Amino acid sequence: MSMQVTTQNFEANASKALKDPNLRKAMQIIGGPMASRRVETARELPEFEALRDEGVKIKNHVLKHIDLYLEKFEQQLTARGGKLHWCRTPREARETILALCRSRDAKLVTKGKSMVTEEIGLNAFLEEHGITPVETDLGEYIIQLAQEPPSHIIGPALHKTREQVAELFEEHHPDYELPNVPGIKAGPRSTEPQVLVTEARSVLRDTYFRADVGITGANFLIAETGATVIVTNEGNGDLTQSLPRMHIAVSSIEKVIPNLEDLSTILRILARSATGQEMSCYTTLSCGPKRPEDIDGPEEFHVVLVDNGRSEMLGTALEPLLRCIRCGACMNNCPVYHSVGGHAYGWVYPGPIGAALDPHMIGLETARHLPNASTFCGKCEEVCPMRIPLPDIMRWWREQAHEKRITPPLQRWGIEAWAFAAKTPWLYRLGARVAIGLLNMLGKDKGRLSSLPLAGGWTDGRDFPAPQSASTFMSQYKASKKGGLK
Amino acid sequence: MSQIDAKPRVALFVTCLVDLFRPSVGFAAIKLMEDAGCIVEVPEAQVCCGQPAYNSGDRKDTAAIAKQVIEAFEDYDYVVAPSGSCGGMIKDHYPALFAADPEWQRRAEDLSGRMHELTSFLVDVLKIQGVQTAPQDVKITYHDSCSGLRELGVKGQPRQLLDSIGGLEIVEMQTPETCCGFGGTFCVKYGEVSTDIVGRKTADITATGADLLLAGDMGCLLNMAGKLKREGSPVQVRHVAEVLAGMTDLPAIGESK
Repeated sequence: MSMQVTTQNFEANASKALKDPNLRKAMQIIGGPMASRRVETARELPEFEALRDEGVKIKNHVLKHIDLYLEKFEQQLTARGGKLHWCRTPREARETILALCRSRDAKLVTKGKSMVTEEIGLNAFLEEHGITPVETDLGEYIIQLAQEPPSHIIGPALHKTREQVAELFEEHHPDYELPNVPGIKAGPRSTEPQVLVTEARSVLRDTYFRADVGITGANFLIAETGATVIVTNEGNGDLTQSLPRMHIAVSSIEKVIPNLEDLSTILRILARSATGQEMSCYTTLSCGPKRPEDIDGPEEFHVVLVDNGRSEMLGTALEPLLRCIRCGACMNNCPVYHSVGGHAYGWVYPGPIGAALDPHMIGLETARHLPNASTFCGKCEEVCPMRIPLPDIMRWWREQAHEKRITPPLQRWGIEAWAFAAKTPWLYRLGARVAIGLLNMLGKDKGRLSSLPLAGGWTDGRDFPAPQSASTFMSQYKASKKGGLK
Repeated sequence: MSQIDAKPRVALFVTCLVDLFRPSVGFAAIKLMEDAGCIVEVPEAQVCCGQPAYNSGDRKDTAAIAKQVIEAFEDYDYVVAPSGSCGGMIKDHYPALFAADPEWQRRAEDLSGRMHELTSFLVDVLKIQGVQTAPQDVKITYHDSCSGLRELGVKGQPRQLLDSIGGLEIVEMQTPETCCGFGGTFCVKYGEVSTDIVGRKTADITATGADLLLAGDMGCLLNMAGKLKREGSPVQVRHVAEVLAGMTDLPAIGESK
């Protein structure tokens, strides 16, 4: 029921992505502006590193006492007239949300951006039950039209070019007429971002008012006040949650933080890490349903709290992953993500965080490629505002795969044979001498080889530099010790 | 630890890739450290640091290999590797390997304290300001290999030493700190992705107009040289130690003359 998983096909997915010219064009933003703006805004804030440490401390503290903070959150939420729904599995969460929608006889639901609703496969489920969900975040709206999953946790349609978006809009809103946008003339289909945004806004405008229920995610849950928090740049989240008569906020359990002061600490590093903004344009706190004296707001306010395997991570090597604040910095700065984009990862969470988290969520056998498809360059850990040791966790998964014999036999035998030699130095030296002699002979003329049996992975795209000489350093050194250093 | 006025006894950790592919880097490292006043030895019992097994998830074999390395280097004041990746493995990861074995953990931590990457050893430990090498009229660009940069803080040291050589000009590329896509076994297991990553790197290298690309890790150098040569690029590729030691008469990496 959840989103279709193609993680087991990572190699084929990656290969396809590498040949997709549109994707390659769209992904240039990752290597350029996304990464450099983060560096600039972080540099402008002298206490940025200290704030990261503080953020890590807050999250670690919460994770130690998560039961208490969630109970406190429920208490406060209830006191303000909201209702909390505890859901262990995606199925429980989907059914809870469906029942809530049905209690309002809902036909149309607007949605703010929420990764956890992707995780539980909510949209397809609602559609199967006769309810139409409409995504209101621009990126989510685009991929909903394209019937694709998100490819990035903060920029769901990051993999699409402006031209592709314009084509999608042409196809889905054929009767749309371009309003007057200052500085832009009506005419043939425009690919100007401002025009496209205006078009999506006007198409969505009416939907906000017609929706029976508004569903959003939550960036944070504040235990002290029972508030849910969304952080957005478009204002669509506010319209989604305040116009319909029922607001359902869907959140995973680790989003809870103790109080507003902690919120302000984490907010200072969130947008800087994510988009390189000092703050996101909108930070909206929702404290329960409309009170009698309020002029607007939903009549009912529900929080659907999803566990989906997270409580099992507590106290294990995976616990640091629960510090994640969904900024996407690890993706924005990952060389592998930059090459293949988010869809290649084949499930909801792509990039380094996905490589560390997905094996737990969808099974190591299915996700075995992800922790391996990393160069361990360490950039993800360097930029993670919550200092999650992503490479260490990926290595931990590699160890699990090796122990459980999930690693393909050839790779396992290869590494075990190599390790056997490395533990038997004379054998290692003998093997090295033979290999080096051979490679040197084959590549001597040019200094390199353009193909090499069993190393096609290397030589398909690169030459293989030949060894400098037919003998190793160790044998040359020993010889030089006998006859004086050359 | 030897006395302050005595010459430090340094063991060279050769690294597999230097041993196999580029012996001149080992000799350059020896020359640089001897010039700086060290007594350098190369213990014969050493093998690879174990990274291929470690990063493939084979923790048991890694621990066995690490024990050999720890034993081979027990008697030296310092252990130095012409590689940030192997240096980082020994310095950062060895102690963690023996979390359940206090005796070996103590020995791993002891080695960790004496372990240094070559340029960091010269600048941070020996406090040398520069090298006595004949001027070289060449424009170079420098790639910061990931492990050296992020695990050991190697960034300014090689540049400071290069700056001391007359005539040599450093042109920084846009992304000196971005991974070249080597990643140990990654480069073969995910060859297409690796090739794409190194392609972005070589485009950046080419854009600098440098004649010579330097780095401190053989893995990255073989990868970048392989891609540059496939592209027909005239950019030469060398380990930084060769240039610092003035040993540039041998063919560059991936070249025959």
